Amino acid sequence: MAHTSATTVSPERSTWDGGVSPMGASYGKLMMWFFLLSDAFTFSSLLITYGLIRSAHNAYTGTVEAFTFSAEYWPIPEKVFEAVPFLHGISLPLVFVGIMTFVLIMSSVTMVLAVEAGHRMDKKAVEKWMLWTLLGGIIFLSCQAWEWAHFIAGTDTPTLVKDFVNGTWVTKEVTGASLRINQYGPQAFADFFFFITGFHGFHVFSGVMFNFLIFYNTFTGVYERRGSYEMVEKVGLYWHFVDLVWVFVFTFFYLV
Amino acid sequence: MAYTQEPQITVLPPDKEKIKKLWTVAGILGIITAFEFLVAFTMGHGPLKTAIFVGMTIFKAAYIVGEFMHLRYESKVLLWAILIPLIFIVWMLIAFIYEGMKFSEVNF
Repeated sequence: MAHTSATTVSPERSTWDGGVSPMGASYGKLMMWFFLLSDAFTFSSLLITYGLIRSAHNAYTGTVEAFTFSAEYWPIPEKVFEAVPFLHGISLPLVFVGIMTFVLIMSSVTMVLAVEAGHRMDKKAVEKWMLWTLLGGIIFLSCQAWEWAHFIAGTDTPTLVKDFVNGTWVTKEVTGASLRINQYGPQAFADFFFFITGFHGFHVFSGVMFNFLIFYNTFTGVYERRGSYEMVEKVGLYWHFVDLVWVFVFTFFYLV
Repeated sequence: MAYTQEPQITVLPPDKEKIKKLWTVAGILGIITAFEFLVAFTMGHGPLKTAIFVGMTIFKAAYIVGEFMHLRYESKVLLWAILIPLIFIVWMLIAFIYEGMKFSEVNF
């Protein structure tokens, strides 16, 4: 009975019976990819809404040197983000965010080196590269904490901002930013800063937690006993995605 | 007992070719970012500058997804399953920016 042997005799399942992974990847990896796709939609929504609101506001048309903060037009990023820790009062546009970008790209590289070491079953190398990746993530989060603190505290000279208090419009001096009032420009600018960089920062924070878990499991030999370091690869995908999102946030929030 | 036996782990030597390639990709990402900084401070604001930034960003994104996330080397089905839905992002982008430009003509 040759025609029944395929289902009854052979222990192998046929292609149309779940015998192979349809996309040549394990279930976990596939689900990580689809999660990242959905997350890409979330970040796109945030960034595109930023674009929508920004194009609905007036653009600043003067020279960069003559720029002052005003709620009349959207601020130009190099005038908002020009502070670097320990160099108070010196205008260094986008330098600090450049350092942050560099840190995140480097931690992406060390992550991919950890994945490579995992393929070779090299426990010591995976531990080493995971530690570097963790360090990169922690440095990035620390930088962001400083950036937020600076953004909230504001510059030395306040900006005159119109505010609606007890039913009347008053003009008052404002330094820094909150979700309600800010010195840099239209209120939406500060709100988007908090939402977009905050949402990304939260992803980095989660990523650092996952990376620590991976490091811990590698250190205790869980993956060695399992005979596969695929978990490093899956969390690696997430970590690269966080880097990828930063590339977009960097462009659309800080450069354009 | 099964647990008394040490599992046989063979640690392979580092793949020099692959590691070199990864550092090359990292170098490319660094150079593009440096170029973006150069453009940021030498060019006036305008559509051309924005177009350069968007182009560079997509270039960087392609390297990160293709090489670091290894998507280039996955099966074609997986590659397209991830890339095709991104059409929706392009659609959303066009629709929303168009709407945003109309906003400035509307008096709230």
